[in-house]
Amino acid sequence: MSEMKKIKNLKEFSTSADRFEGANLLCPGCAHSIIVREVLNATNDDLVLAASTGCLEVCTAVYPYTSWDASWVHIGFENGSTAVAGAEAMYKALKTKGRLKQPDRNPKFVAFGGDGASYDIGFQWISGCMERGHNMMYVVLDNEVYANTGGQRSSSTPIGANATTSPAGRVSYGETKNKKDIVAIMAAHNIPYAAQVAPNKWKDMVKKIQHGMAVDGPVFINAVSPCTTEWKFDPKDTMHLTDLATDTLVFPLYEIIDGHELNITYRPKNVIPVEEYLAAQGRFKHLFKDQYKYLIKEWQERVDANWAYLNRREEARV
Amino acid sequence: MAFDKMELRDIEVWDGNFAAAQALRQCQIDVVSAYPITPSTPIVEGYSKFLADNYIEGEFVMVESEHAAMSGCIGASAAGGRVATATSSQGFALMVETLYQASGMRLPIILNVVNRALAAPLNVNGDHGDMYLGRDSGWIQLDAYSPQEAYDLNFIAFRVAEDHEIRLPAMVHQDGFMTSHTAQGVHTMDDDTAYSFVGDFKPMNDMLDFEHPVTHGVQTEEDWHYEHKARQHNDLMTKVPTKIEEAFAAFEKLTGRKYNQVEKYDMDDADVAVVCMGTSVETAREVASEMREKGIKAGVVGLRVVRPFPFMEIAAALKDIKAIAALDRSSPNGAAGMLFNEIAGALFNTDSKALLTGYVYGLGGRDLTKKHLTDLYTELQANVDAGKVLTPLQQFIGVRGPKLAFL
Repeated sequence: MSEMKKIKNLKEFSTSADRFEGANLLCPGCAHSIIVREVLNATNDDLVLAASTGCLEVCTAVYPYTSWDASWVHIGFENGSTAVAGAEAMYKALKTKGRLKQPDRNPKFVAFGGDGASYDIGFQWISGCMERGHNMMYVVLDNEVYANTGGQRSSSTPIGANATTSPAGRVSYGETKNKKDIVAIMAAHNIPYAAQVAPNKWKDMVKKIQHGMAVDGPVFINAVSPCTTEWKFDPKDTMHLTDLATDTLVFPLYEIIDGHELNITYRPKNVIPVEEYLAAQGRFKHLFKDQYKYLIKEWQERVDANWAYLNRREEARV
Repeated sequence: MAFDKMELRDIEVWDGNFAAAQALRQCQIDVVSAYPITPSTPIVEGYSKFLADNYIEGEFVMVESEHAAMSGCIGASAAGGRVATATSSQGFALMVETLYQASGMRLPIILNVVNRALAAPLNVNGDHGDMYLGRDSGWIQLDAYSPQEAYDLNFIAFRVAEDHEIRLPAMVHQDGFMTSHTAQGVHTMDDDTAYSFVGDFKPMNDMLDFEHPVTHGVQTEEDWHYEHKARQHNDLMTKVPTKIEEAFAAFEKLTGRKYNQVEKYDMDDADVAVVCMGTSVETAREVASEMREKGIKAGVVGLRVVRPFPFMEIAAALKDIKAIAALDRSSPNGAAGMLFNEIAGALFNTDSKALLTGYVYGLGGRDLTKKHLTDLYTELQANVDAGKVLTPLQQFIGVRGPKLAFL
């Protein structure tokens, strides 16, 4: 049977069994490694992990080294979800056939992908996995940009961000499209559990990961992952940026159970103006020019509207 | 719930697709991850019906694209078990990225490819465009000319691919519709005999062995990528042919049916020879017999192992031939055909004085008729008589409009 790991405090959590080694090539200040470690540390069960091509993959499995002290597979950019789904199918097959080497184990199947791999190129593959009901968890490391290839816009890149393929310029304020609501889309597959998480709210994260690992069926997690390189902030400020993301409600934390029951899991005591979140990042620097200041107001209105929407959904219990 | 065995008659009337599905059933695949496409669909349909009727234990994952089908196969294979699927044409093309990943990750997946033309224009009929698309992908490629061979070669494929000295994926090709949908008598093996030939799957670096965590699908740049690719090629060139020969010998011992990397028909005293693949081999054999009645010493060479290309065996088979026709059922689109090039390479630097010509035929399922082959053998004999090639080096057979010939 699965064992629910008990975690008392952050110190214990941070020194908990390391199946993701600190020896990796991720940028100093990258939130990916923090999120991955928080996900892995939420369980003592065996793990079968996958990563789609991206920062996490190229920085953790450079032959002849590996940062993974757990079964791990990478195939390509779009198919980390299906890689784990295939492994999960093999687990079921070998269980039926009585050929598991360690039949008493209760492995968890988890795939990681960036927003490029998840919102864009691997979208169909994830949808297929969610629809088919594999017993697996898909975790998006959402840094809102193709960071591994040097900062191109993805469908997760928010309005006004300066990205290399949607650059701000004399007549452009950068990205013009709104960020795709991937959690709602995945929840619409009527999967047992979908949630947004943030590495600063680690207790909330662990609770959600443990909930996700306990349910039978596919689970979708979207984790905000501030990118020091592409968001352009000091590497020491990663957690500060994450605090700003959650406390401005730019990145609200909530869960959706069985495709419809939405619960807001974090309500900031003091909601911070969105302007402070934008001001902390070089990618939004141009929005503070007079000609684009109206976008900051629109940003705040959009965040307010989304928060109101989430609250209405939570109240309605539908 | 244990699965049931199936009683088979010694000879069943099966088309190529059902023969392949039966072979997969008898090999007791652990995971099939698949997506349907004409003309290979009945293979996975057949497999899923076996599952529905409890003739199989295992997982059948019906995914949302061929790319996902092979992705699922890769994940399942890396987890540690027997894996197979089937596809054709556009599905094969969509899989191409993952084909290279499967072979580079050294995963012994079996892919039944029911050969079909590649769009555009869209076409569901058989040619070898998809097979040719896969020829640099690092897979073993075996070609079946009939339902019997589609059945037999699946067992050979599993035995070779899963060998721990090999660990490479393998394709079993058959011609779309001509083989896949044409029912013929197929000599069967009973379930136990068939399974004993492939044996139990022996996992290696399996992700489901939690005592030995393993990292699959790593990153290598200029420091190691070359060595990985070179060693994969090395194994294809040096280890795979031996294992294929061993599997052929063991299969002959078990069934009496003999396979060769290069199949030779009427070649002992032949002056002129056609080299081709798939169902065309049978047509060519019939015409060669007729040519012999007319005094032309005609022979046929069929390529059984497309990759690794049996370079030495082809050179040996064609050693004393005076005029050779290489028949490619895929448009080379701006070059000589694959078979023409491979045969030229195999004979170059040898004592062969053969006159080599190339023919493109049968694209999109256009028939290769006995008349085409009669004319072709006649051209080869004329080349022999003249002591030189009298025709262009590349001709398109059976295409409407003005004759198309190049080089």
